[in-house]
This record gives sequence, structure tokens and C-alpha cells, in this order.
Amino acid sequence: MTHAAKSPARPLSPHLQVYRLPLAAWLSISHRAAGIGLTLGTLLLTWWLAAAAYGPDAYALFSDFISSALGLLILFGFSVALFFHLCNGIRHLLWDAGKNFSIETTKRTNIYVIAGTVVLTAIAWLIAYL
Amino acid sequence: MSGPSHSLRSPLGRARGLGSAKEGLHHWWMQRLTSLALIPLAMWFVVSLIGLRQSDWEQYTLWISNPINATVMILFLGVTFHHAQSGMQVVLEDYVSSHGTRIASIVAVKFICYALAALSIVSVLIVAFGV
Repeated sequence: MTHAAKSPARPLSPHLQVYRLPLAAWLSISHRAAGIGLTLGTLLLTWWLAAAAYGPDAYALFSDFISSALGLLILFGFSVALFFHLCNGIRHLLWDAGKNFSIETTKRTNIYVIAGTVVLTAIAWLIAYL
Repeated sequence: MSGPSHSLRSPLGRARGLGSAKEGLHHWWMQRLTSLALIPLAMWFVVSLIGLRQSDWEQYTLWISNPINATVMILFLGVTFHHAQSGMQVVLEDYVSSHGTRIASIVAVKFICYALAALSIVSVLIVAFGV
């Protein structure tokens, strides 16, 4: 047996500061971050609907905000978070059904989730502005 | 004390699966149910927003006065806010270590979510009914 004489210096346990998170772990924490972001985004959603109930002036005020540079940036972030949470959420539902657990499949669905987010975001904004 | 084979739980208790909190998997199940419902609802919401991107108040009013649009919007709002508060509850349970702060933040988030749900749904109804 040609066992390695000395093992490289490794941390004793995977600590967040020294452990390189696998892609699936980044997507997992991003799922929660996106969920928090989307929850905050419901404030904007409520503002829109309530403004319409208050009348044309309140609605115009909301329209001006959401079509401003800041408003569009928030809306873009909201769309990315929504599509990512949607794609990764579907993967979570399949995991809950007991499917796709192998590491190889997970590596593949990582890519599907990211690609799905990019494609859906691109389609939405292209349809909106072409 | 007792090994895994000597459970004090009755066979009926185990079949109901309610555990010591007497809730069982209700919270978990509602999260999955609302996720499933939100797949089509969220897609509908995005398509609707794209359709409404140039709309002024009159055009929005006409759109939300359609019974189908108002109904699906209210379903989307109800399910979204339920999903949001249950997801935020799990996040707070996991990351807020102080017991008091954890309970207080969960209660606050739930109250805010249900208040926003009520306000947004009432707003949809006011416009849809033309009050």
C-alpha cells in the first residue's frame, strides 16, 4: 500500500469561512434570499393595487416610480428572484417527491435551474420591450 | 431511557403523525401546496404584468373588472401571502437564535403579511366592483 505519508492540511469540519460551498449549496441559500426578496417585493405589489383603488392620481404616482430607473432596477431584480425561486422551487418539489437525489442529477439540475432563470428573465423582458 | 423499539406513542398517534406539537406536517404540506398553486399563478401574474406595462389607471380598471382577471389576481394574492409568511417563518426559525426575538419576528411577519393580503385583495375588489 502506497498510502500518502502526510495528508494536506485540511479543516476538521466544513466551516463556512474555509469551506468552498458547492453550487447546489449556493442555489439553496439563494432560494431563501430570493424568497425574502420576493416577500419584500409584495410591498410594491400592494402599493400598485392599493394605488389603483385610491384613484388615477395615486396610480400615476406609482407608475412614475416603477418606470423610473430605480423602479425598473427593482422590477428587474424582482423578476430574476421570481424566476429563480420558481425554477428552484420546482426542483424542490421534485426532491420532496423523492426524485433526482443523486449527485450527478443534482449537478445537472443546478444548470437547468440557472439556465431556466436566465432564459425566462430574458424572454419576459424581451417581450415587454420589443 | 427507552430504546427506539419501545415507543410510548400509541399506534393511533403514530398513524395520525401529529407529534408533540399536535400539528404534524400541516405547515410543511401547506408550503408545498401553495408552491404548486403558485407555479401557474406566478406565470399568469408575469404575463399579466407584461400585458399591463403601458397601462394607465383606466386600462388597469378595465382589465381588473374582468371577473376572471379579478378572481385569478385574488387567488394569486391569497396564495402568495400565505406562502410568503410560511417561508419567512422557516427562515426566522432557522436564523434567529434568541427565543423571544424569534417568536416576536415571526408574529410580526405573519401580521404584516395578512394585513398586506387584506389590503391588496380589498383594493382589487374596490376597483373591480367600480366602487
